Amino acid sequence: MKQVPASLLTLLAGVMITLISFWVSQHHGLLPEQASAQAPLVDRFFNVMVTIATALFLIVQGAIVWFIIQFRQRAGDETDGVPIEGNFSLEILWTAIPAMIVIGLGIYSVDVYEQMGGLAPTHKHGLIAHQTAALVAAGDTAEPTIEPSPQYGIGAPAAESARAADLVVNVTGLQYAWLFNYPDSNVTTGELHVPLGKAVQLNLSAQDVIHSFWVPQFRLKQDALPGQATVLRFVATKIGTFPVVCAELCGGYHGSMRTQLIVHSPEDYDAWLAENQIAQSSDLQQKIAVTAEQSDAEMLAAYARAIDINAETLTQLHPNSL
Amino acid sequence: MQGSTIDPPETTLDEVVPSSTELHEEIHTDLRVWGLLTFLISESLMFGGFFASYLVLRGESAAWPPEGTEVELLLPTLNTIVLVSSSFVIHLGDTAIKKDDVHGLRRWYIVTALMGAVFLAGQVYEYLTLGYGLTTNIFSNCFYLMTGFHGLHVFIGLLLILGVLWRSRRSGHYSISKHVGVEMAEIYWHFVDIIWIVLFTLLYILTIF
Amino acid sequence: MTQVEDFRDVTVTDGSHNSPPKAWKWYDYFTFNIDHKVIGIQYLVTAFVFYLIGGLMAVAIRVELTTPDSDLLDPNLYNAFMTNHGTIMIFLWIVPSAIGGFGNYLIPLMVGARDMAFPRLNAIAFWLNPPAGALLLLSFLFGGSQSGWTAYPPLSLVTANTAQTLWILAIVLVGTSSILGSVNFVITILKLKVPSLRWEQLPLFCWAILATSVLALLSTPVLAAGLVLLLFDINFGTSFFKPEAGGNVVLYQHLFWFYSHPAVYLMILPIFGIMSEVIPVHARKPIFGYKAIAYSSLTICVVGLFVWVHHMFTSGTPPWMRMFFTISTLIVAVPTGVKIFGWVATLWGGKIRFTSAMLFAIGLLSMFVVGGLDGITLGTAPFDLHVHDTYYVVGHFHYVLFGGSVFGIYSGIYHWFPKITGRMTNETLGRIHFALTFVGTHLTFLPMHHLGLQGMPRRVAMYDPQFTTINQLCTVGAFVLAASVIPFTINMIWSWLNGAKAGDNPWNALTLEWTTSSPPLIENWEVLPVVTHGPYDYGMNPQNAGVNNDQTIPVT
Repeated sequence: MKQVPASLLTLLAGVMITLISFWVSQHHGLLPEQASAQAPLVDRFFNVMVTIATALFLIVQGAIVWFIIQFRQRAGDETDGVPIEGNFSLEILWTAIPAMIVIGLGIYSVDVYEQMGGLAPTHKHGLIAHQTAALVAAGDTAEPTIEPSPQYGIGAPAAESARAADLVVNVTGLQYAWLFNYPDSNVTTGELHVPLGKAVQLNLSAQDVIHSFWVPQFRLKQDALPGQATVLRFVATKIGTFPVVCAELCGGYHGSMRTQLIVHSPEDYDAWLAENQIAQSSDLQQKIAVTAEQSDAEMLAAYARAIDINAETLTQLHPNSL
Repeated sequence: MQGSTIDPPETTLDEVVPSSTELHEEIHTDLRVWGLLTFLISESLMFGGFFASYLVLRGESAAWPPEGTEVELLLPTLNTIVLVSSSFVIHLGDTAIKKDDVHGLRRWYIVTALMGAVFLAGQVYEYLTLGYGLTTNIFSNCFYLMTGFHGLHVFIGLLLILGVLWRSRRSGHYSISKHVGVEMAEIYWHFVDIIWIVLFTLLYILTIF
Repeated sequence: MTQVEDFRDVTVTDGSHNSPPKAWKWYDYFTFNIDHKVIGIQYLVTAFVFYLIGGLMAVAIRVELTTPDSDLLDPNLYNAFMTNHGTIMIFLWIVPSAIGGFGNYLIPLMVGARDMAFPRLNAIAFWLNPPAGALLLLSFLFGGSQSGWTAYPPLSLVTANTAQTLWILAIVLVGTSSILGSVNFVITILKLKVPSLRWEQLPLFCWAILATSVLALLSTPVLAAGLVLLLFDINFGTSFFKPEAGGNVVLYQHLFWFYSHPAVYLMILPIFGIMSEVIPVHARKPIFGYKAIAYSSLTICVVGLFVWVHHMFTSGTPPWMRMFFTISTLIVAVPTGVKIFGWVATLWGGKIRFTSAMLFAIGLLSMFVVGGLDGITLGTAPFDLHVHDTYYVVGHFHYVLFGGSVFGIYSGIYHWFPKITGRMTNETLGRIHFALTFVGTHLTFLPMHHLGLQGMPRRVAMYDPQFTTINQLCTVGAFVLAASVIPFTINMIWSWLNGAKAGDNPWNALTLEWTTSSPPLIENWEVLPVVTHGPYDYGMNPQNAGVNNDQTIPVT
């Protein structure tokens, strides 16, 4: 019987598994398009994990299939299998290899996280404090106890940690919409417009319950928490319209809490901003200035038109805000 | 078929399984204490959850306790002395029964029960005179919840002690060789005591600083 | 604390079994019975009923998701179904069946005891479960709790207060049940083991239940603390989780996940134990690496207590926490991997019998590899930022909880059914059941990974129309899964009544439960067995094969 040497077979299998794993990791097509500076980092990391996972998947599933075929009970054979109770070196091997893989992945993930800006969210960028905090507190009877608590989230990437963001937007989540306030230009909208290639910092807060700001094409997500400021900083790298999704269960209409993020070229962005400044300066600016004396409902009504929610819905959703 | 699977020879059995009757009696006696201890480890982690929450909320607050909700110190300190010393008293009861002295057991357990009752009465008095309630502010939330929860445990401990006293009326119910119930009540009482010491430190002593 | 004194009333220890009847009547199973085997069956059957209820909710959810709009159910009712589906499946199906059911039935039999250490406490622990389930069902009269099984405040503080309160009470009841049960398991395993059973001969299921119980004892009370605070916030005007009055919403998440991540291990460790019992018996091989598998259970138990923040990577958590818990989460994959490799290696060189129990065990092995690998990706903070709270997570945890835990429960039921009832199950129905479950699981849960990666969040009643086709695929899978329960239920009922007589040891297995009659006597053995060899010594003694085992013949 011509027997192919086992070592050759193992080598062949190893090469095949490696090739297939690399191919899968480059061609799985599972992720949506990349539209932020962080997206390629996350995707590269994901693809590394897919490579490893595919290899492990093939090895373990292959072993299972091989063993259950090879070592099935043959007809009439009532005897037991080989009494092997273990193999110390093999056990050490399959403890050590996964341990090294996960430690490697752990170090890599810290590195990716740092490049994404995950390690520096508390970095203070100039004097741009949380104006939304004041906005939120305005309607409540509470004293202005909401102080600028430490900011959790994603901050500036390591490379530009000293640089303040080019654009700051205050984002407020409420059942079931996002409000975007541009403090520098006093524009408030229901859609997020940002310029391409500029560092944008979102200061997230929540009006009622926890929401979570997610743009799948950006690979970024950060909860907006009542009473705790969070931050999300990114650079958009592709012009286009992307969905903004609420990812944290926030009530019955959680699934409909969607809006859009529109990435403009810097010129288009300026044009959009100018247009909205003119449209909103007449009425809204004034109202923002006096929010402290308004109730929630009054304050929200001002925005309702901008984000296309009618006032009755708003009142229904916020019975306690009356 | 069954005969073949169950080991018949008495001799081997005696070697390996020493006469099952006594074994069961003996193990049974010990196990309730073991069970209680295991349960109390678990129970202490519930207080652990409260303590951790308290410390987190405290750490985030500018003034702790907020102005106008100061805790009283004199009465609780006296109360603490009563509760801590009751732990020694209850141990005297346990020592008594280990000398087969049921009267001693009853005497010391009655004293412990009285001290527990004094503690609870002190707590109620404190609640009535503090001037703030459960919902006043975040500190009072923690204060009432934690002391209330502990008070509930003291109350249960008190019931256990009274249960021991009730049973001890029957002569021979507890003896030098049979007093697991006595021990369990004692262990539970010590547990309540230890929790109180932590609670007292967190809620009273730490607020001075 | 005195209820346990009745222990000696049932433990007739002198070998004369005059007082208790030889076998229980059917109605005994509906009473406060303190026999561990009755309690085990009570757990399993009750849990299965709740499984069907939770399954119907899942079908309703999937039907709603056939279209992108919310058109079948009111969105609030959808959330109530979603919340209670999760709660019931976790707290009233997997935990009570895996730990309560198999644990109670098997632990005393496996360690050679006549009953659990505290039989009456055991019965109390079981009887806390039906009222808990009743409370959850009752909550639907008040709209049902709608804030997810995680019940994050402030949402849980502002929606359906009465239902949420009932939900909290239900969880506190099952939590108490879990703690009482765990006390019992720990003491039974540590103290009631028959002396001739050496520690290194303890079946791996016992190690798994021991690790599970320790974990439950350490983590459940912290959840109870969190829920008590939530209860007070809802009903008594406190503000622990109300930020406008000095509370902290993220604090609840820490308290919740300190329990609920270990709860994942509560649901899988006993299943790992079942795997370690089923695979050697039906592969006719000793378990590969007994010590590695036993220690890995204990390692998971310890490390599993320090990974909870990986559920909160996008919440209000500082960077160091996100990094620390990324690494601890990755580390917990190692002992799990050791187990998987051990079971695969056990298959090598065996004579594998493809019984229904073994099919489900191998199916689990295959499923768990998928669930484990996508779990590793989820455990890393940078990638989790993208997929947290999406259908990727839903796909992942259904692979480990359905493809893992439920497959394991099925496997255990097929394996021990002959012992429990004295009758064999029908193999053809078992195979149909397996095929439907296996196909249905992949069909339902594999596409969910893609949905999540592409941008579909979880817990939504309405979604972006671009996801319609994949969602419909999942719904078809859900119907296959629903159908798979039918052959199983028929098989169980029919076999219990009419199945072929099983004999004491139909699988020629070597653990102690197979040394007594099927079903076992009320106090398990006439005379306690003497252990003379390990639980997995297949192929070591030629007599083992084919012959009814020689378990109790002492080596002289």
